[in-house]
Amino acid sequence: MDHTELSANVTGGSSVKRGLAEMLRGGVIMDVVNAEQAKIAEDAGAVAVMALERVPADIRREGGVARMSDPFLIEEIQRTVTIPVMAKARIGHFAEAQILQELQVDYIDESEVLTPADEAHHVDKWKFIVPFVCGATNLGEALRRISEGAALIRSKGEAGTGNVVEAVRHLRSIIGDIRKLTQADSAEIYSWAKSLQAPVELVREVAEAGKLPVPLFCAGGLATPADASLVMQLGAEAVFVGSGIFKSSDPAKRARAIVEATTHFKEPSVLLRVSRNLGAPMVGIEMDEIEVRLAERGW
Amino acid sequence: MRIGVLALQGDFISHLAILDKLAIQSVMVKTPGDLDVDGIIIPGGESTSISMLLQSSGIYEPLRALLHEGLPAFGTCAGMILLANSVVDGREDQMSLDAIDIVVRRNGFGRQMASFETSLTVSTIEDGPMRALFIRAPVVEKVSSEVEVLSSVTYSFADSSDKTVPVICRQNKVIVSSFHPELVGEDRLHKLFLELL
Repeated sequence: MDHTELSANVTGGSSVKRGLAEMLRGGVIMDVVNAEQAKIAEDAGAVAVMALERVPADIRREGGVARMSDPFLIEEIQRTVTIPVMAKARIGHFAEAQILQELQVDYIDESEVLTPADEAHHVDKWKFIVPFVCGATNLGEALRRISEGAALIRSKGEAGTGNVVEAVRHLRSIIGDIRKLTQADSAEIYSWAKSLQAPVELVREVAEAGKLPVPLFCAGGLATPADASLVMQLGAEAVFVGSGIFKSSDPAKRARAIVEATTHFKEPSVLLRVSRNLGAPMVGIEMDEIEVRLAERGW
Repeated sequence: MRIGVLALQGDFISHLAILDKLAIQSVMVKTPGDLDVDGIIIPGGESTSISMLLQSSGIYEPLRALLHEGLPAFGTCAGMILLANSVVDGREDQMSLDAIDIVVRRNGFGRQMASFETSLTVSTIEDGPMRALFIRAPVVEKVSSEVEVLSSVTYSFADSSDKTVPVICRQNKVIVSSFHPELVGEDRLHKLFLELL
């Protein structure tokens, strides 16, 4: 669109959707299941909250089908905080996404943490005015989600484990491949597109820019200020913290510590100060102890 | 000349990129020690979060003092909220840097669904209209007689009233915009700011 011809106020364009992700940079988005937790998150300096029915650690423990939250709970959270409110829809469940758009959530997370509704297709996100964030484990998956209209990418990590190892793997894979891609010549772009199973135009764009066309955040298993610093130093542009905050012994204090650590991620003296006396972190899980790999959901 | 960009949270990278393009020396401001600058840019982001971080990093008091002494400042979106001397619909503990005499309403246009793109005519700026992204933007509800309004937008609000509201304001050496020139590579407001120095 030629901006000199733009006269009306236009909603829902790509720049507007990606714009909110740009605003969240350097911040912490916190999973909350009710208004009380949302308030604690906002008080601690969260840039947004993610409303969901159960945090991933409980979904993992209790099992069963995990779905979009009850709209009533989301509305209560919207009434309680002034920061953006995100909510999760199942992979491919465009009807849940339609409901969340009607609710005017600020971002929809088409999330592997919930039970997928479609084993082959993700939501066609271009059809929505509300922006979407999607998880990815590698560059090809990230670009497929962007081609479907995602305005923000996050690593999947392995949610609900309190173990950062998978998030690190995914982040390193995405950023490492971007680095390699920038070295590819014009002919190699086509074979990259083939192996990434992603549109060649997007692959070329990433090769030229040296970064994704949307921000890249980190999620999945973060539990400490040091975890936040680690992934920010690896190149994440903001962090999502799920079970890590409200499954710990002092959520308010830990939440604030993670916010400060995300801002001052390169400053060991700050990291040391905020890491002290945080109380017990969530109990983590080793990868070979888990039955369901949430990160494998998504196509 | 050295311009500081408050780098606690938000899209400070985009402001730094514009300063780079204009070949202006810049510094990321994360601690009080970084405040040895000739002007400060306060980026877009989440104003409640930046407000908390301004206090925890010890920047709030010295920055506010510098602004009172006349340090030139440019704020976009959250930056406008932080520089305004009065905020409606903020948090009670939200800090104001009290640098420009306007009243702003946080998220005054509505939630993200209402975020929009438009093009603006800006007085004193030439070379055509300015592309503008409004992201959960603040609405300027009142300006004092000391404040010059450089651009306005007409908007249909949720209560179905059409209002024309200021979107770029200037008072002495402070410029604020409720939208994000930095996100679209628009550098003319940055140049206007640099002329104040």
